[in-house]
Amino acid sequence: MTSLPHSPASKKLGLVIDLDVCVGCHACVISCKEWNTGGYGSALSDQHAYGADVSGTFLNRIHSFEVVPEGGLIIGEAGEARVVHFPKSCLHCEDAPCVTVCPTGASYKRAEDGIVLVDEDKCIGCGLCAWSCAYGAREMDLAAGVMKKCTLCVDRIYNETLKQEDRVPSCVRTCPVNARHFGDLGDPNSDVSMMVAERGGFDLMPEQDTRPTNKYLPPRPRSSLSDVAPIIPLAENTEGARGFFAWLDKTLDRI
Amino acid sequence: MHPAFSMIIFTTLSGLGYGLAIVLGLGFFDPAMVATKLAYLTSLTLIATGLIASLFHLGNPQRAWRALSQWRSSWLSREGVMAIATFVPFTLSAGLAIFANRYDATLGLISVLGSLLTVYCTSMIYGSLKTVDSWHTRLTPLCFISFSLAGGFLLASTFSGMLILELLAVLLLLTALVAKMVWRNRIATLVPRSTPESATGLGFIGKVRLFERPHSLDNYLTREMGFRVARKHAAKLWIISWLSGVVLPIAALLSAMALGTGLPAQLILAIAAVSHLLGIFVERWLFFAEAKHAVTNYY
Amino acid sequence: MNSEPRLALSEPVGDEIAKTTCYMCACRCGIDVHLKDGKVRYIEGNRDHPINKGVLCAKGSAGIMQHYSPARLRAPLLRTGPRGSGEFREISWDEALKLAVDWLQPIRDTAPQKLAFFTGRDQSQALTSFWAQNFGTPNYAAHGGFCSVNMAAAGIYTIGGAFWEFGAPDWDKTKLFVLFGVAEDHDSNPIKIGISKLKKRGARFVSVNPVRTGYSAIADNWIGIRPGTDGLLVLSIIHELFRTGKIDLDYLSRYTNAPWLVIDNEGHEDHGLFLRDDLGKALVRDRKTGAVVRFDEPGHIADLNAEFTTADGLKVRSVLRLMAEKYLDPKYAPEAVAAETGVSATTISGLASEIARVAFEEEIIVEQPWIDMKGEQHEVMIGRPVSFHAMRGISAHSNGFQSARALHVLQTIIGSIDCPGGYRYKPPYPKPATAHPRPHGRSEHVTPGKPLAGPHLGYPLGPEDLLVDAEGKPQRIDKAFSWEAPLSAHGMMHMVIANAHAGDPYPIDVLFLYMANMAWNSSMNTRGTIKMLEERDEATGEYKIPKIIYSDAYSSEMVAYADLVLPDTTYLERHDCISLLDRPISEPGAVCDAIRWPVIKPDRDVRGFQSVLIDLGARLKLPGFVNEDGEALYKDYADYIANHQRKPGIGPLSGWRGAQADSEGRGAPNQDQIQNYIDNGAFWTKHIPQEALYFKHHNAAYQQFAIDMGFFDTPQPVTIQLYVETLQKFRLSAEGIRKPFAPSQYKQRLLECFDPLPDWYRPFEEQGVDTTEFPYHAITQRPMAMYHSWGSQNAWLRQIHTKNPLYVPGVICDEIGLSDGDWAWIISHHGRIKCEVARTDAVNGKTMWTWNAIGKRGGAWALEPNSPEATKGFLLNHLIHELLPPKSDGMRWSNSDPITGQAAWYDLRVRIEKAEIGEGFSEPHFKAIKRPGSQKEPPEEVRYGQEWAK
Repeated sequence: MTSLPHSPASKKLGLVIDLDVCVGCHACVISCKEWNTGGYGSALSDQHAYGADVSGTFLNRIHSFEVVPEGGLIIGEAGEARVVHFPKSCLHCEDAPCVTVCPTGASYKRAEDGIVLVDEDKCIGCGLCAWSCAYGAREMDLAAGVMKKCTLCVDRIYNETLKQEDRVPSCVRTCPVNARHFGDLGDPNSDVSMMVAERGGFDLMPEQDTRPTNKYLPPRPRSSLSDVAPIIPLAENTEGARGFFAWLDKTLDRI
Repeated sequence: MHPAFSMIIFTTLSGLGYGLAIVLGLGFFDPAMVATKLAYLTSLTLIATGLIASLFHLGNPQRAWRALSQWRSSWLSREGVMAIATFVPFTLSAGLAIFANRYDATLGLISVLGSLLTVYCTSMIYGSLKTVDSWHTRLTPLCFISFSLAGGFLLASTFSGMLILELLAVLLLLTALVAKMVWRNRIATLVPRSTPESATGLGFIGKVRLFERPHSLDNYLTREMGFRVARKHAAKLWIISWLSGVVLPIAALLSAMALGTGLPAQLILAIAAVSHLLGIFVERWLFFAEAKHAVTNYY
Repeated sequence: MNSEPRLALSEPVGDEIAKTTCYMCACRCGIDVHLKDGKVRYIEGNRDHPINKGVLCAKGSAGIMQHYSPARLRAPLLRTGPRGSGEFREISWDEALKLAVDWLQPIRDTAPQKLAFFTGRDQSQALTSFWAQNFGTPNYAAHGGFCSVNMAAAGIYTIGGAFWEFGAPDWDKTKLFVLFGVAEDHDSNPIKIGISKLKKRGARFVSVNPVRTGYSAIADNWIGIRPGTDGLLVLSIIHELFRTGKIDLDYLSRYTNAPWLVIDNEGHEDHGLFLRDDLGKALVRDRKTGAVVRFDEPGHIADLNAEFTTADGLKVRSVLRLMAEKYLDPKYAPEAVAAETGVSATTISGLASEIARVAFEEEIIVEQPWIDMKGEQHEVMIGRPVSFHAMRGISAHSNGFQSARALHVLQTIIGSIDCPGGYRYKPPYPKPATAHPRPHGRSEHVTPGKPLAGPHLGYPLGPEDLLVDAEGKPQRIDKAFSWEAPLSAHGMMHMVIANAHAGDPYPIDVLFLYMANMAWNSSMNTRGTIKMLEERDEATGEYKIPKIIYSDAYSSEMVAYADLVLPDTTYLERHDCISLLDRPISEPGAVCDAIRWPVIKPDRDVRGFQSVLIDLGARLKLPGFVNEDGEALYKDYADYIANHQRKPGIGPLSGWRGAQADSEGRGAPNQDQIQNYIDNGAFWTKHIPQEALYFKHHNAAYQQFAIDMGFFDTPQPVTIQLYVETLQKFRLSAEGIRKPFAPSQYKQRLLECFDPLPDWYRPFEEQGVDTTEFPYHAITQRPMAMYHSWGSQNAWLRQIHTKNPLYVPGVICDEIGLSDGDWAWIISHHGRIKCEVARTDAVNGKTMWTWNAIGKRGGAWALEPNSPEATKGFLLNHLIHELLPPKSDGMRWSNSDPITGQAAWYDLRVRIEKAEIGEGFSEPHFKAIKRPGSQKEPPEEVRYGQEWAK
């Protein structure tokens, strides 16, 4: 498709990623790699696999950020830096620049569900779509010379040879902390849409005007332990262990 | 952005080639002169070399023909279409000049328009990208076109030594320099569209800093988009680029004007053209190398 | 206008699905291996499996790359070059096994102790220990001594259980979860699933860890404690709970030894021991009648507040009174411990308040009647929904045993052991220390040509159970169960090479290791260890450790130091059993075990180590491996798994027993048992009856269930040991008032560290070095995507962690002018390393850290010698000595917990100095090892699955 779908269906398949529970285990990263290296399109190759400059194609990666609270909402103990693990893959944007910049029509957004795909037979490997993507969602496979990206496991989610419960992207299927959710973000009543509404799900880089389908759920607010009301000491306990024994006697007599 | 050699060669040579094509298309030259024929051949060679160089950038160049299909949305596709659309009338013009000593104004003007549009399309490949703040401005096509024209007139001067061409070349070089200075000044004062905070949505907590990359070593994204050039280094290269690309050629043009037509003047102008080419080469290297891509907010 | 391409969306994943058990770490998740064209297409979690319930971590999903790793060994290897060179000749299995028998047979016939057999990441200890016992050597253990024996031993002695394989939080019901440092590459999926559940419910998750990554990153509260002070923090919370009376008196009087009477008789051999009757039963005072009764006598109410003089004139006090006296000391007040722990007093008291509030104000009532071991009927199960989990963060310190004990005491006083919402035992636990065996290995247990008199490992109940000679000298090569480490229940593998090299307590002839990378990341003082392996006796020219047999599947650093290498298979090519006799995978609500089976045939001349061990056992004619005619009893490991009986009716696997495959727990061997497991997805689960789900330590229905399942033959209830009498016996020995007397050099240490109530002392290295010279701590964290040293051979995993920087707190960076990418020297009392640094602020300000075991030796694991793992990666091991700095007493004490011998990895103290980048190599840098045998150069590019590209 040269352009974005003219009359897209209301269905917008995508992911909702919960930053409150992601522990940065990389399970989704590798599960994605193993599913997609034998699935849709060419393999996800690794160069210098056992050498000094090892580097391969991955469709999903986890970044780790350190965030130092600055006046804003304090999460955890005040003033302390915290680490947020941040998984990132294609956001299947509604206004996907990677689709419109593609000179060959290899890059396209499916009209029926909004998934952004690359038709590898048409891809010339110019790399412009990767340049146009602010999120770093596309990686050129150096062995195949074509652009690779998250397919939302299009070969799983409609795969009739899989059990219904397994028709979700590989990363969602494997996530040990259930930080990844798959569904129709075009349907306001879907589980994922409700989760986004409840938790204040947000877009990455809204200023890029790409209208991402995938949403991120922010870390939940937390309360400090220092603010927990102190427990009241035993009245009898003013004199150490002896006071304790008096309390003990009284209490044991009651039970 | 990674300053890929093929892209630098492509934009530099084809820009120059199209600039020359514009001068030729405007009919400044006497088609009967050998220099004119040579100029046509030079222009064609520059354009063709640039286009071929651009193919080296592709993962699957054998499918490059497909790039002509998406002109409705893609500036890269438009550029391809325009390059070919321009190639036909311009080659015909060249043929007429070389074999029939003729200049056809219709073909010439179509070539001029085509060349301008092709350079514009090239510039818009970059200018349209919101992901690269420094590129995403109308000044980008202005710079590309003014450098293309300036180079074209400079090169044309070496072939003909016409005063009007030399004067226009000086004027266009100055215009291009001013445009580029404004362009660079814009970068220096630019407030980035995206930040690590907007990229992660975590700005509501505080300042965001990368703690650990997804993978220890570089990947396609960091190699392609994460290229960084030292500020000191860039400043030096910028001086080289305008000295070599603009100041030296202007000095040469003024000397040539003073010397009048003749071999020494043309020699000086030929050296100026080479100097200009080198200058633009450095300018293009910096164009890529200094560009910061939004994805670097994640790295 | 283009049209969208038509996609093949319903392609089958592979040709078949083989369900087996993962071995990418020690988690033992169930996996569905999708096979296509005889190759592995895709590995995913088994949704039905009790451990991972369908999910799978990065390591598990990277199994493909492990299975096809270029580092796989290809055939048995005989060393041809000097040790460490990597020069080998490939030999046949017949030759290899014959050689092994030639080495081992004479030892067995004359001096079995000259064989030291130690296993590393072994998951078949039921077999390996059985083999070692029948060989007759006293020198056997697995790797627990340098892993988490403090946790295990403290748990068994206190609650008859521990964490991970022994027990887990009640993830579905807990309302407050406190996590101390754990290895995030172990037990990881269950913890991740659990944390996610409780966060979704809005339960509070508190992490106590010097480093705020991984699980700590998502904790509601992070307590960035100073390493080695966890025990003090816990004791301060205990102090707060005593001070405020927030303790579960009913629970303490029923299920613990809080009411037991401790004799106060200074200077006599019964001082500090329990008042017992003639049968040795501990006594309590009945609060109703005042009579002294046996603690397990039905019908009494044990008095927690007893203090009196017995009819015999003995002064006695309840344990609870001793605890109150000890823990109400203001030295444990939050304000008093804040500076030492690095945790503010308000945070400590806030945590104590929150624990008390949730335990007592958010009590859970489960409407489920049950009967306790005294026959008393309870109408409901009362839950105190506060749970804890801990592992190496607490354990790998020289005060780890006491700290772990403190944690269990905290759990106990709020009544949250095996209650709804609290900590829950996993079958076959609870199992009290008394129900475990005593260790064997004294000279009277060892007879040439005969099996050892009993199991090697166990739980001593007093100094009389130590494995020492009349002079008090150690009898085992690792000096386990000696005065140096009396309760070293898992042995002390980390001391074997040093002791064998020194011939102390005696020289050995053959060192036989399995899957333990002792020449690299599994040893303290790596360079020194390498030297010991390489050093020869000057007189004979023979290596100090004359013969080393090693089994591993991959070309680890240790392979290069072996004389004979027995190549193991990958986990997809082998049989295994995850047995209740070993390290089970049960869940709190179910008994479970599992198998592995070969889902792919090996393409190399390799054999599963366990089958090889069984073969060796038969060749050596070991009892248990041959019949009366000397013929092999088992064809291979699979045959052993199905047919071996530890005692009648009890075998490695508990499911589908009996000839008809209809028995569970107990039953005759079943020839089709392995197939039954395969048909069920490679695991077996038996749910615990509803009335037996909680209070298992005192639940009559559970105890009967445990007997039915074959865990025990008689009920083994656990009375939680807040006060551990065994420890007091060692103090009496130290004082020279109770036999056997401790040798005098141990006296001070026994008195200082063997408090029968949990206590805290500064870690030994901190005590022994000048802390102004070494002001900081340096520790490792386990990256979740790696398992020990295994991950680097994996083309996918190694991209995540190709090198490891040292993470340095921002305050230290600012002080000495360090920024990301700078190099620094890290210096300990033992050595110095050079490495790259990176800044972090999410860390305790006195602690620097790095990822564990990313640094590799060039050439090992099939990596090119210039790989970042070898040039930029580094180990902290070079800074850690197996011995403590010299003290004025002239002794070199081992860098271990004085009670269990647990290696004190996390006691390390360092200083940091900015360094020049130099060649850009981390230091020390070792010369590369050659690829062993016919191992080929690894491929430059991997395009796994390209043949299936659609």
